[in-house]
Amino acid sequence: MTTRIITTTRGRLISLAVICALAIGGALAYFGYARTTAEAQMANAPVVAQTSDLQALLAQDHVVFRSTALGGSYGKLSVVSLADPAGDRAVLDSSCERVYATAVNGVCITAERGVVSSYGITELNAALAPQNSSELTGLPSRARISPDGSLISTTTFVSGHSYAESSFSTATVLRRDTGEEIGNLEDFTATVDGQPFTAVDRNYWGVTFVDDDVFYATGASTSMGKTWLMKGSISARTMTSIRTDAECPSISPDRTRVAYKTRQGNPAPGQWQIAVYDLATSTETVLPGDRSVDDQVEWLDNSTVLYALPREGTGATTTDIWQVPADGSGPPVVVIPQASSPAVVRR
Amino acid sequence: MYITLRGTPKGDPGSSPDPATSGGSGKSTGGSGRSRVAPTVIGLGVVSLLTDISSESVAAILPLYITVVVGLGPLAFGFIDGIYQGISAFVRIAGGRWADRSDQPKWVAFAGYALSAVTRFGLLVVSGFWAITSVVAIDRLGKGLRTGPRDALIATASEPEHLGRNFGVHRAMDTTGALIGPLLAFAVLAMFPVGLAGYQTIFVFSFAFAVIGLAVLGLAVPNLRRQQGPSSTGPVPAVVAAEEVATAKPLEKPAGPRWSDLNHPGLRRLLLAAGALSLVTIGDGFLYLALQDGGQIPNSFFPLLFVGTNLAYLALAIPIGKLADRIGRGRVFVGGYLLLLACYVIAGLQLGGIVGLVLVLLLLGTFYAATDGVLAALASLLVPAASRASGISAAQTVVALARFAASVGFGLLWQFTGLTTALLVMTVGLIVAIAAAAWLLRVRTDSAAGESLDAGAAA
Repeated sequence: MTTRIITTTRGRLISLAVICALAIGGALAYFGYARTTAEAQMANAPVVAQTSDLQALLAQDHVVFRSTALGGSYGKLSVVSLADPAGDRAVLDSSCERVYATAVNGVCITAERGVVSSYGITELNAALAPQNSSELTGLPSRARISPDGSLISTTTFVSGHSYAESSFSTATVLRRDTGEEIGNLEDFTATVDGQPFTAVDRNYWGVTFVDDDVFYATGASTSMGKTWLMKGSISARTMTSIRTDAECPSISPDRTRVAYKTRQGNPAPGQWQIAVYDLATSTETVLPGDRSVDDQVEWLDNSTVLYALPREGTGATTTDIWQVPADGSGPPVVVIPQASSPAVVRR
Repeated sequence: MYITLRGTPKGDPGSSPDPATSGGSGKSTGGSGRSRVAPTVIGLGVVSLLTDISSESVAAILPLYITVVVGLGPLAFGFIDGIYQGISAFVRIAGGRWADRSDQPKWVAFAGYALSAVTRFGLLVVSGFWAITSVVAIDRLGKGLRTGPRDALIATASEPEHLGRNFGVHRAMDTTGALIGPLLAFAVLAMFPVGLAGYQTIFVFSFAFAVIGLAVLGLAVPNLRRQQGPSSTGPVPAVVAAEEVATAKPLEKPAGPRWSDLNHPGLRRLLLAAGALSLVTIGDGFLYLALQDGGQIPNSFFPLLFVGTNLAYLALAIPIGKLADRIGRGRVFVGGYLLLLACYVIAGLQLGGIVGLVLVLLLLGTFYAATDGVLAALASLLVPAASRASGISAAQTVVALARFAASVGFGLLWQFTGLTTALLVMTVGLIVAIAAAAWLLRVRTDSAAGESLDAGAAA
């Protein structure tokens, strides 16, 4: 009897030891494999043609973006000529999660990753050199600047984490280029479908500036399962809903249309199409494209929009910038490979 | 401290042959040295430690993974996060009930741990919104399923007079895992500057820890059943089982669990008291926000606050558990809420700047130490052994749901009336709830009366 027990116990111990060894050994082996593969991938990453002549690029029409080419330039602020968007790019020193720029200034949203992650916003001058920085709360999501460079908007999202409850919210903050903070959009007076919008779980994100006062943004209530295209005024500190099911608006250069993400009635997030809404006629055109787009559109010109899409499968950390005709007349095609967060700057 | 697989309970404490099973804190015999912590409790502590390393390492990077890597936006993340928090409360009751009805608490817990382990692997192979949502949901399902049966096992393995300490030991080990997990995750992530490989390596590590935890549970923790008997318990280390039969409480009801067991007046009072208190409990997140509202706390400090609270919880779980065993669990449970009340006052009056912050952090950790494991200890004593897992699950579900209601309510109050009023309302509510709970749990000033509820139900 005793012998049998000891044998059984020993059997259990051995099984346990074997499982531990296999699990730990397997994990370490995977770790080694992943390291080697990642290094090889970095070494063999397709070389992106680079130029050191930033001034020449900045002097012409150009696109400012975030490089997603694996290797040393990953996450770096970059510039490419609008005339040759897949051509030589200038890669700057700043690492950014999101980028936006106008002819007179720019912003770079930064992230310091770690057990305690911290995020910041760095303002850039006309030559895209970093100026002053300040702290941001939460994961960076969107950044936009008004056409004259005087207003800056950032959206981050903040998730508390606790024992029994969860809290989720976005913080969309408007600032002036002087550094003065105008405020969080949640403190603006909002009207939705004619009613005061006071839902506790209301959130706002994705601002686009029409001029130095008027803007569009997304309003949302998670519990109501709805999003709205909101039109706002900074001087009056108000917002009013224009229509539902529209997120991350982007106003066209001629201010006649707004491009946004739409779920086409599907209440759960995760599947978005890009649509263009004509403000004068109130008609919506859904643009072609098979894949869900989760980006704030940028207008290349009055007839074309740009957005970033991650590559499929294991290449997901690399995104490409695609372009698609704003009238829905053609399919999307890659315009700047290995890039995200485009900002079109015209001289 | 060791988990014995070899039937040498006395005088051979250094002989644990397996590193995974001796990974605890090394001081669980405690200062008094009166009684060894039951091997089953240590074993379950090790399982929880490993599982928490597994789950918290993923939880720490999931927001990053979802938003930055997979490219889902804020609302999508909120949706997943809601599922993350919401599901487990509802499955919990079912898990407890299943464990009681089948009289296989260990294997129900095993199923729960196994479900979560599978999701670690799942994260490696799926991408896209619905796939990730499903994986997260299954993980929470597993967590809900296992908690009640596991706590029932701890209760069954414990002498009634050491219940508080034993739950404290388990929670301390659990929290240790929760602290190690994120550190591991970010250490791994730091080694992979770009690409998905870093995240995938974390998922692999997480899966490995989950598998080891599962193996420890399956191979080294006995399935303590009502129909006890070393030979009839199937795959159980016979020596351990035999050893613990002696310490397990005698059987009150040979019959299976009944719903009416949950209607025991003692449990009803506990559920009422815990529910009332939880309805006016503001989560740490809100408390820190309230403190932050007064300024002076940099945003980057925010995640550190949770770490601080967890450290305090970790350090105090065992001593406060012992205190509960000594002076009465109901008393310590209600006393914990007095500490929470102190937090409200400090936050409401914006006292003390950084000092006030540190104080709140310590008080909150102490509050969790005084209420979390102690609640399970209380509940386990208030139901017949046949319904132990159901009883513990019921108490935990009531607390989870009431806290959810409280955070929604507090959010509303803050939104519509301002922070000061909201805190004032919660403070007054908490005072009333504490008084009501003290009455419901029969907490008296003399120690004997304080213990009467516990004792009465255990007999």
